[in-house]
Amino acid sequence: MKITGAKIFIESLLKEGVDTIFGFPGGAVLPIYDALYDAPIRHILVRHEQGATHAADGYARATGKPGVCVVTSGPGATNTVTGIATAYMDSIPIIVFTGQVPTPLIGNDAFQEADIVGITRPCTKHSYLVKDVRNLARTIKEAFYIATTGNQGPVLIDLPKDILNAETKFEYPHSVNMRSYKPTVEGHIRQIKRMADEIVRSKRPLIYAGGGVILSNASEELVVLSKTTQTPVTTTLMGLGCFPSDSKLSLGMCGMHGTFRSNMAITETDLLIAIGARFDDRVTGKLDEFSVNSRKIHIDIDPTSIGKNVRVDLPVVGDIKNVLKKLNSHLKHVKKDWKKDSKSWLRKIEKWKRTYPLVYKQGKSAIKPQYVIEQIAEITKGDAIYVTDVGQHQMWSAQYLKFKKPRTFLTSGGLGTMGYGYPAGIGAQAAFPKKTVFVISGDGSFQMNLQELITAVQHRLPVKVAIINNSFLGMVRQWQQLFYDKRYSHVCMANAPDFVKLAESYGALGLRAKKPDEVKKTIEKALAYKGPVVIDFVVTKEENVYPMVPAGKAIHEMLLV
Amino acid sequence: MKHTISVLVENKFGVLSRISSLFSGRGFNIESLSVAETMDTTVSRMTIVTRGSDQIIEQVTKQLNKLVDVIKVNDLTEEKFIDREMVLVKVDTEQAVKRDEVLRIVEIFRCKVADVSSKAYTIEVTGDEGKIKAIVDMLKPIGIKEIVRTGRIAMTRGSKALKE
Ligand SMILES: Cc1ncc(C[n+]2csc(CCOP(=O)(O)OP(=O)(O)O)c2C)c(N)n1
Repeated sequence: MKITGAKIFIESLLKEGVDTIFGFPGGAVLPIYDALYDAPIRHILVRHEQGATHAADGYARATGKPGVCVVTSGPGATNTVTGIATAYMDSIPIIVFTGQVPTPLIGNDAFQEADIVGITRPCTKHSYLVKDVRNLARTIKEAFYIATTGNQGPVLIDLPKDILNAETKFEYPHSVNMRSYKPTVEGHIRQIKRMADEIVRSKRPLIYAGGGVILSNASEELVVLSKTTQTPVTTTLMGLGCFPSDSKLSLGMCGMHGTFRSNMAITETDLLIAIGARFDDRVTGKLDEFSVNSRKIHIDIDPTSIGKNVRVDLPVVGDIKNVLKKLNSHLKHVKKDWKKDSKSWLRKIEKWKRTYPLVYKQGKSAIKPQYVIEQIAEITKGDAIYVTDVGQHQMWSAQYLKFKKPRTFLTSGGLGTMGYGYPAGIGAQAAFPKKTVFVISGDGSFQMNLQELITAVQHRLPVKVAIINNSFLGMVRQWQQLFYDKRYSHVCMANAPDFVKLAESYGALGLRAKKPDEVKKTIEKALAYKGPVVIDFVVTKEENVYPMVPAGKAIHEMLLV
Repeated sequence: MKHTISVLVENKFGVLSRISSLFSGRGFNIESLSVAETMDTTVSRMTIVTRGSDQIIEQVTKQLNKLVDVIKVNDLTEEKFIDREMVLVKVDTEQAVKRDEVLRIVEIFRCKVADVSSKAYTIEVTGDEGKIKAIVDMLKPIGIKEIVRTGRIAMTRGSKALKE
């Protein structure tokens, strides 16, 4: 029996086990929307295509499964670019289906035509323009395979309208075999043995763990490695959640706004074990002075990450879970009193922690932004999915939230996309309707995608959003204060909507807290409410994020207050 | 340092632009690039000549390998290889003395005159980088009106072949 391309699209998604997609219709995807009308797939109607991509991204980060979105051609497609680039920078598997004008019109500047494959080439892992309906099923199969294997990432499939209407027999391939795409999964066993030797020899080892640990679902293995060898762990922004915050061996985040102990440990370690982290400039600071006392091991699925910024002594390419398993089984047989040998190193780190802990002073009258986040952490106890936007509130979230499990901290690390948080929270909530999803946003960031409030209301997604409202584009203001002589150029956000009324007009619950003693009650009230909530936390205006490594400085040269 | 890299890619639409946008997007330089089908028509072979420090070249080859449509990347510079380029040079020969001069150079370099008119000779020359540079240097003082190059192609010496 022959079926249309649009039906093949639906059937293929079902074969891939997709039950939820995010999208927005239009002319070029009418055949898809017609097929969706009675398909057993939940379609979440966003209010802007950027929201669809972030929601798919949030869904993917929270679940580990690929997120899927559908948009129309031209403006629908171009609206996805920021979301795709966000997913690309953080290696998040999403599949973006874009409508396209019919094949005979491609290249004619037809109505709502955009060369979206061309536009997104540098920010997709791979992309396809389907030109023959007989290739559609295989293309979708390949797209899911490519997005979710190796160094994961977004894949775009451009679907001309005539292909969606054309008919062919539907056969979904069982497997994918591409001669040009064979990611290295198994780590080289000799390298793994060498790595074990290095760890045994080291006196001051340090694990520097990144988002790759979460992407490869290797948190358990990481915990075993750290515990067995008594090696402390610092994580990147993307790695938060991969190692339990309450462990004695957890140092918190490293880098520009990392903890004092993390950055000092990086500076003084004699063996830096990078796992699924890519030596981003926000972590390394001034490269010549980055961790100069250490030998360096780097485990990563992506060969291009290795040796890109920092010279590595021992590279291991492979899937992190796979590599750590093998490493752990080697180390199990090593005879060494790890506890005793790590003592003085851990004592040193403990001392750094005591000398310069994260600090702020919460007075009686005005709310400190850090206090709100600390209270959210305390009340939710790590049993929530936390999502942030970009700015100071993001860094405070990274510093003050406490994580128990991976995939509970969703943030745009690589691209730093304001407006990511709320739609990503919708995606996470769609995947886990029963869990608490807490978005921590800024008054600036929230306004970049607040149209999605209605999406949450319509689809009964009880996302809670805490707006850390400092009436500024806080992070930019901080830089202007510190490095531009306090010339606050276009960062004042005092002209803002009334977020409570705004929430109400969308049919969500709006709450506000202005005094420190209201914070706890307000959070509890929000959590008790069954639907979406917007909380406007009016906080002190000019708080800064510390520690801070100024741009161009070495990471031990932190500003502490 | 200069590197000559052979790349086998899927012979599909859009692959060339993936490669060129990789180079431009990451600030890698391309000195020359040539592409054509191989014996297996589903595979194309590109020869890319690029320049950079060891670290850059390592990134170039890794990034090329990372592209989904790339089947194999081989930095020929690491082994013994031969390379050739063909160049067409149109030389101003309005004065008779110049014609003699051009013909003499053609003979010395054992290349060909591909086209003749009253005012210009077009020389066809094939060779490695050194030979091409030498003849172009010789022809320059006579007066080159136009020059077209195919870009370099290259292959390893010996019996080994670049396979998928
Ligand atoms: C889309 C986008 N535009 C601009 C920026 C630059 N930027 C980084 S942080 C920031 C300020 C964010 O302000 P807000 O959301 O209020 O958070 P705060 O820093 O005050 O916590 C800006 C403008 C960005 N990251 N993303």
